[in-house]
Amino acid sequence: MLNSFRNIFNSRKSWTIPYVIFAAIFVVLPLFLIVLYAFMDDAGRFTFGNFTKFFLHPEAVNTFVYSIGVAIVTTVLCIIFGYPAAYILTRMKMKYADTIVMLFILPMWVNILIRTLATVALFDFVSIPLGEEALIFGMVYNFIPFMIYPIYNTLKKLDSSYIEAAEDLGATPFQIFYKVIVPLSMPGVVSGILMVFMPTISTFAISELLTMNNIKLFGTTIQENINNSLWNYGAALSLIMLFLIGATTLFASDDKDNDEGGGLW
Amino acid sequence: MQEKNYIIEVKNVSKYFGDKIALDNINLNVKKGEFVTILGPSGCGKTTLLRSIAGFQTISEGEILIAGKEISKTPPYLRPVNTVFQRYALFPHLNVFDNIAFGLKLKKLSKQDIQKKVKSALRMVGMTDYEYRDVNSLSGGQQQRVAIARAIVNEPEVLLLDEPLAALDLKMRKDMQMELKEMHKSLGITFVYVTHDQEEALTISDTIVVMSEGKIQQIGTPVDIYNEPANSFVADFIGESNILNGTMVDDKLVEFAGVQFECVDEGFGQNVPVDVVVRPEDWYIFSDSDASQISGVVTSSIFKGVHYEMVVEANGYEFIVQDYHHFEVGQKVGLLIKPFDIHIMKKDILFNSFEAEIIDDSHVNFLGCDFECMPQQKYAKGDKVNVEIDFGNIILYDNEEDGKLTGDVNFILYKGNHYHITIMSDWGDDVYVDTNDVWDNGDHVGIGVLPENIRIIDKKDNNS
Amino acid sequence: MVKKILAHGYLWLLLLLLYSPIIIIMIYSFTEAKVLGNWSGFSTKLYTSLFATGTHHSLANALINTITIGIIAATVSTLLGTITAIGAYSLRPGSRKVFSFVNNIPILNGDIIIGISLFLLFVSWGISQGYITVVLAHITFCTPYVVLSVLPRLKQMNPNIYEAALDLGATPMQALRKVIVPEILPGMISGFILAFTLSIDDFAVTVFTIGNEGLETLSTYIYSDARKGGLTPELRPLSTIIFIAVLVLLIIINRRAGKKKEA
Repeated sequence: MLNSFRNIFNSRKSWTIPYVIFAAIFVVLPLFLIVLYAFMDDAGRFTFGNFTKFFLHPEAVNTFVYSIGVAIVTTVLCIIFGYPAAYILTRMKMKYADTIVMLFILPMWVNILIRTLATVALFDFVSIPLGEEALIFGMVYNFIPFMIYPIYNTLKKLDSSYIEAAEDLGATPFQIFYKVIVPLSMPGVVSGILMVFMPTISTFAISELLTMNNIKLFGTTIQENINNSLWNYGAALSLIMLFLIGATTLFASDDKDNDEGGGLW
Repeated sequence: MQEKNYIIEVKNVSKYFGDKIALDNINLNVKKGEFVTILGPSGCGKTTLLRSIAGFQTISEGEILIAGKEISKTPPYLRPVNTVFQRYALFPHLNVFDNIAFGLKLKKLSKQDIQKKVKSALRMVGMTDYEYRDVNSLSGGQQQRVAIARAIVNEPEVLLLDEPLAALDLKMRKDMQMELKEMHKSLGITFVYVTHDQEEALTISDTIVVMSEGKIQQIGTPVDIYNEPANSFVADFIGESNILNGTMVDDKLVEFAGVQFECVDEGFGQNVPVDVVVRPEDWYIFSDSDASQISGVVTSSIFKGVHYEMVVEANGYEFIVQDYHHFEVGQKVGLLIKPFDIHIMKKDILFNSFEAEIIDDSHVNFLGCDFECMPQQKYAKGDKVNVEIDFGNIILYDNEEDGKLTGDVNFILYKGNHYHITIMSDWGDDVYVDTNDVWDNGDHVGIGVLPENIRIIDKKDNNS
Repeated sequence: MVKKILAHGYLWLLLLLLYSPIIIIMIYSFTEAKVLGNWSGFSTKLYTSLFATGTHHSLANALINTITIGIIAATVSTLLGTITAIGAYSLRPGSRKVFSFVNNIPILNGDIIIGISLFLLFVSWGISQGYITVVLAHITFCTPYVVLSVLPRLKQMNPNIYEAALDLGATPMQALRKVIVPEILPGMISGFILAFTLSIDDFAVTVFTIGNEGLETLSTYIYSDARKGGLTPELRPLSTIIFIAVLVLLIIINRRAGKKKEA
């Protein structure tokens, strides 16, 4: 029997229904379309052809591998330069530190393409040739705030009594750093990796601008195919990237069950 | 007739969360103007019962009447009750005045009326001049006063209080208890108060309802509950007690700890096993003499501020004794008790009894497991039988895998020379165990029985 | 002490590197030279020509489109996201897990996947792409972020305050309006700001859903501009203005947040 009272309490859950329907149409269904198109030829017949085409095409495979390489290098550089920055920030007075964190995030409000073009101008200005170094610099420049922020957030919440306990037990400052602080800040590093690696791997346009179209990344390959109306092949390439994203997420969520790391917000 | 006096009537109310039972056939009547306290350990269902009366929770079975009207399906905003929450639940975005005026504004009262009522409610809780303060800037005690004002300003017929003082420090709690009692007197409305603090319950209530495991254990005045606990749970939960196994030898004669005592209870029959309760302050303790009913040795003595609490070992039993006089550890002492200070309770259960099924001539299934039993020919495979196992014959294992089945230690009662433990088995059955080993509440243990200790008897027709 | 100076020096060096491109744009917004990097004397001509009607009609249009799309997408996703968060809050743990999985897909997926998948959706349904498809696409990737900024506010809320409102005679709708909404408002506001910035900054999703009817947002305008070989000079003053505006806005928000904390 349904009484009105129960209805009132249960109906709250039904408030998710509009978004669930929306997400089904605009999130889930489109993903199925990628899968569908990836296994279809132009005439709509089932085929593995799009994938064999990719694997038999050395240039495409090379671009794919190269893109992963760029993403890994970018992520590692972001950790190398971002971790000390986050650590130094947590050692500062709170008010001062929050302002500087804000300064790190602020450039992200400028359109990413304008920022990239400005980087190009900067290289022109100091006459550094555009190429691989410029690409990596541009990527690190664009994504390092995404690394600093989650690490800073995790380190900030770290209870100082852990450090005191380690001191009390006779650890040197260096031992404290790599035996206590680094392991405890791992959730932040993991969400930083997610937030840097994922966008870097799927980026396009930025690479073209930074290298004068000399270096192509996988994202650009996908975009070109879609633009040239090779939807099925483009969908297959997207599916390959989707797998890479899924694998990275699964790998990362293994030791990140709690949302301690905290996103950008 | 008499029912007219009841403001709240809870009739056969049960509540299940999934297959867990939170309220088990609760029946409770509250008189108009009464101060009723529902008392019990955490998880006993007391808050569930209060929330069912308030309407925050549906009930699975039964009905709840307020002022004679069935309201168990009425939403909370239409019930003539108001609630004071444990964590205050003041609206953080409103100031003191707007918090208290919240209900009045919903009733569309005039501005002047609201002003007047809020002012008098604030006066009632001793918070005059706090109207425009931010609620987040108030101390815990002040926030609770505002929460009380916010509830009583609506002039409810019943005020429900869900552990309202639990978050306050001891001194503040004591003051607020007195104030609540005063408030109850001057308002003249019914208070239903939930707490796990037995001292608080004894201090403030007209009537105490003791709950455990979703059931009401006893309803009575504070004095009744303290002096005549209905069972060993109540005796253990309210105040400190010595609870021992005893035998009612005859009317007005009980034996425990190897000694026969005169008592005032009768009608139990002859040689009937009973539980005996003696409050620590009811013992007379003195240097051992002819007057001693039991002689023993003091094994520990702690000064408790007003009195000393001593443990006396006598005839293999430990007794807790409270007295203003101090006796040294190691001193030989005598104990004496007046007949009317011995409280006798009938034993509900004398041994474990489970429904079972014969597997073959040497195995029987109960509690969801197959157990080896002594070879027998009386019953055939598939026969439904009952098994009985004495409390002392259940073996508990530290290592869960050693037992046939496992369970959690749920309730521990010290019986002077052994522990009486209630284990909740994985399938939800209670298993009672007498043991000398020390276990903790919540321990996960393995349960085992030796074949010779399983008694198989004909299946009883009805559940006893 | 030396350590401290080194540490702070490192931070400021990093910041200087991060800001140098922006600073260059700002400096070169005050010269007339067509190519970034050439200095042809101080001038505010680019600013005046940016605001002069007609001269850069397409840039002005792109800017207006960007802002209106941002406002519509942010408003719709704030409403949708808030309603959804309230619903998700009362889900049982099991269904909540499923829900948060679905909610996380657009966040983790990467812009290009969202863009291509929506592109395939629109073309396979034969929907002509334009303003509406861009708005729908932006709502798709903004809403999950709104949900994520409102949900923590609900979780922090004392769960009894909703019951307290009912207890005092408020109907569920009144309780929602008078108690829940004021409590989650900060989450809604930051969700809105986040959605707006994500929308105006987006390029990857927009480029796949904007169609080829000549509609432009700032991002697609800059992109095609850059591919043609150079940045329209007026973009320099525009970027400068946007950056300063955001800076001022953030300072105001921070000041207010700071004051609240102190109070």
